[in-house]
Amino acid sequence: MKTTKKYWIALAIGVIATGFTGCGKSSSTSQGDRTANALATYVAPGEKDEYYLFYSGGHSGQVFVAGLPSLRHISTIPVFAPYPGTGYGFDEASKKMLGGFAWGDMHHPALSQTDSKYDGRWLFVNDVANNRIARIDLRDFKTHQILGPIPNSMGNHGSSFVTENTEYILCATRFSVPLPKGRVADPKDYEKEFNGMVSGIKVDPQTGEMKVGWQILTPPFDWDLGSTGKGPSSGWAFWTNYNTAMAHDVLEANATQKDRDLCAIVNWRAAAQAVADGKAQMMDGVPIIDPAKVPGILYFVPIGKSPHGFDVDPTGKWVVAGGKLQPATTVLNFEKVQAAINNKTFEGNFRGVPILKYEAVVEGEVPVGLGPLHTQYDGKGFAYTSMFIDSCIVKWKLPPWSGEEKKDLNKVVLDKVQTHFATGHLVVAGSDTKNPYGKWLVAMNKLSAGRHINVGPAEPESSQLIDISGDKMKMVAEAYTEPEPHFAQILKVSEIQPAEVYPKDENKDPNAVWDKAQTGVTRNGNQVVAKLTAIRSRFTPDRIDAQVGDTLTIYLTNIEQTRDMIHGFGIVENNINITVDPGETKTMKLKLTKTGVFPFYCTNFCSALHQEMQGYLVVWKTGEGPANPAPAGATAQR
Amino acid sequence: MVQQVSTFLRREFRFLHKPLNPWSRLLLLAAAVTIAASIFFPLWKMHLVAPQYSDGLDLYIFSYKIQGGGLNGQHLNEINGLNHYIGMKPIQEADFLEMRWMPFVFGLIILMTLRSVVFGEMSNVVDLFAIYSYFGSFSIASFWYRLYTYGHSLDPHAPVHIKAFTPRLIGVEQIANFREHSFPQAGAYLLCLSVLLIVLAGWFSRKEQSA
Repeated sequence: MKTTKKYWIALAIGVIATGFTGCGKSSSTSQGDRTANALATYVAPGEKDEYYLFYSGGHSGQVFVAGLPSLRHISTIPVFAPYPGTGYGFDEASKKMLGGFAWGDMHHPALSQTDSKYDGRWLFVNDVANNRIARIDLRDFKTHQILGPIPNSMGNHGSSFVTENTEYILCATRFSVPLPKGRVADPKDYEKEFNGMVSGIKVDPQTGEMKVGWQILTPPFDWDLGSTGKGPSSGWAFWTNYNTAMAHDVLEANATQKDRDLCAIVNWRAAAQAVADGKAQMMDGVPIIDPAKVPGILYFVPIGKSPHGFDVDPTGKWVVAGGKLQPATTVLNFEKVQAAINNKTFEGNFRGVPILKYEAVVEGEVPVGLGPLHTQYDGKGFAYTSMFIDSCIVKWKLPPWSGEEKKDLNKVVLDKVQTHFATGHLVVAGSDTKNPYGKWLVAMNKLSAGRHINVGPAEPESSQLIDISGDKMKMVAEAYTEPEPHFAQILKVSEIQPAEVYPKDENKDPNAVWDKAQTGVTRNGNQVVAKLTAIRSRFTPDRIDAQVGDTLTIYLTNIEQTRDMIHGFGIVENNINITVDPGETKTMKLKLTKTGVFPFYCTNFCSALHQEMQGYLVVWKTGEGPANPAPAGATAQR
Repeated sequence: MVQQVSTFLRREFRFLHKPLNPWSRLLLLAAAVTIAASIFFPLWKMHLVAPQYSDGLDLYIFSYKIQGGGLNGQHLNEINGLNHYIGMKPIQEADFLEMRWMPFVFGLIILMTLRSVVFGEMSNVVDLFAIYSYFGSFSIASFWYRLYTYGHSLDPHAPVHIKAFTPRLIGVEQIANFREHSFPQAGAYLLCLSVLLIVLAGWFSRKEQSA
């Protein structure tokens, strides 16, 4: 199983030169299959998909929502970047959530769970670049909280892993830096001065509100991907690591010399308990656990080689690491892990953290092919691993294996289907729950390389839908996805009932106005407040007078209660555009610096008289123009 | 001639003083219950369907209130919102004076029905039928006049100018992009049933011997 570096370089060049022919399965489809595949994925006009597919949007910072089996993109949920289409990042509430950042690198979406099953409440997503976590509420498919930058955390990549009952979202750092953040040390002193961190983000069970609970200090390894346990592995979490060498430069070579990297096995329940027991020290406002001083929280296990995914199966017994630079997946038996911990079957320790003896915990290495990254499960005893270099999905059988199979684990590799190209993440419907839906697998490919009509050099990614209901996998559809999905979640449509409108009586915004009598423009010093309603096809009032030097606050309430009656509000040459959904109130604030008459208008097509839905913001010279009445109870200062 | 008129009047007098047998009284009692029950059901429903409102917008008319379909009666607001484009006055309960006196009249008719159960004379049934028919016809006419007024007092300053019209009382018709279905509902059917019960009450006692 061990491979030399030379072999790998030769292989990589070979693979690139031959144009990703790893799986050798023809992608041409017979006429009969075409019809069957078309019917399997066809959602006729007026009919609806059976599943939601929540794609992370990578460095676009957004979540894309598609339907399955049609694979059609249905909507975009803006999270870490402004999105004028829904006015996200232009009104005060979303601006505040974005915290001054104009982008994020969104990776691994995770649906909230209760009893290791999706409960349809929230979707959590992480931002690698700015160390943040966001919560999307599935009642309205909108971002409601962005937490971060998380203190003492750099490169929030090993995230967002939800625990069995959404007690925590667990994260681990991809990068290590001198801690606390802001401290400077020479990267040459990387081993001594830099540290990584595992973070437990506490989730309020009622509101979903997140806060940093505790952190576990780690060596400056580059934590990669992980997952949380269930069943026998309940209370545990797992992360791979690709830099046991603790290299700080030319990682491509310097971090890839070891045959095995130390991966993390974390007892998060014990960590929470240790903090409660006062065994943590504070750093930057967060209780930090030093695992060398508090035993029983962190263990290492060596896994080959530069591993990537580390995925717990639906039973919670098997934990599979994708070898990335080793043509095999490594299967850990968690019962053996537990026994090794209890019996102290260690092969040493690293900085005071025990290293579990490899042979004592590993069930086997399954020769799946080149570049195994992530593994997903169908709940029927099968695993599906994405192969980055081979460009395919491999289906294989989880243990228990027969004696014959154990002798030659090639026998448990059951099927391969080629993907186009270089599959990164893959998702099987419900794989991270204890009862996967199975049925569909979506391969998220890093390269589409001309599979689509030519759209110039900035090519989209490709997503491919694979039917896994039979013995053999069947590729049935393909679609192109905005940059760049890193993992996805699939949720049955029937499990949630999102709102159609915001009901009037649930609008708690103190500045919401619902009828004409409450609308109007008032002045208090140089603060001008306009309260407007929007309804087909007018803003009330449709004139706002203010002066240079004023701060203008506009509260706009869409008083419609009819679904899809969304209004927009754009002010020309003032960089303001928001949309308000039926029953929603949004707040805009602008500092007026130039005189002029600035039309505002409805930007979200609403009705036959949408064009007529307009008005004027008149910005007079300071001290000129009609005086706006002062708000009731306030003293006019002018 | 005089003889004939006199015979007719005598027969009529005898007819009006016929006692009601127990069956007739039971039917009248049933009629009273039916009228009372009708209050709890809509009398009429208008159902408006357009391409973008494929499930339709509903307006329910009760004897004492108007109610829109949808969450919190939202359909009524929506219908009013749409009607403002053609300058139609918003439909609001406060404008329907009849909704204030209708429950009162219902009560009166129920009392008259119970009175005929107790007094048990054919003349009570005739009284009841006459007043009830008058009230019924008046209500329908008044409802039609409502529809006529809504369709004929359109604001000339409205965004969309259309010819004055009267929405159909019963049946289906196309108004701009909407297909309007207007039909009686359970409440109205219960009232019809009560009329039938009253007629049957008279019928079953038509051969009783007058006292």
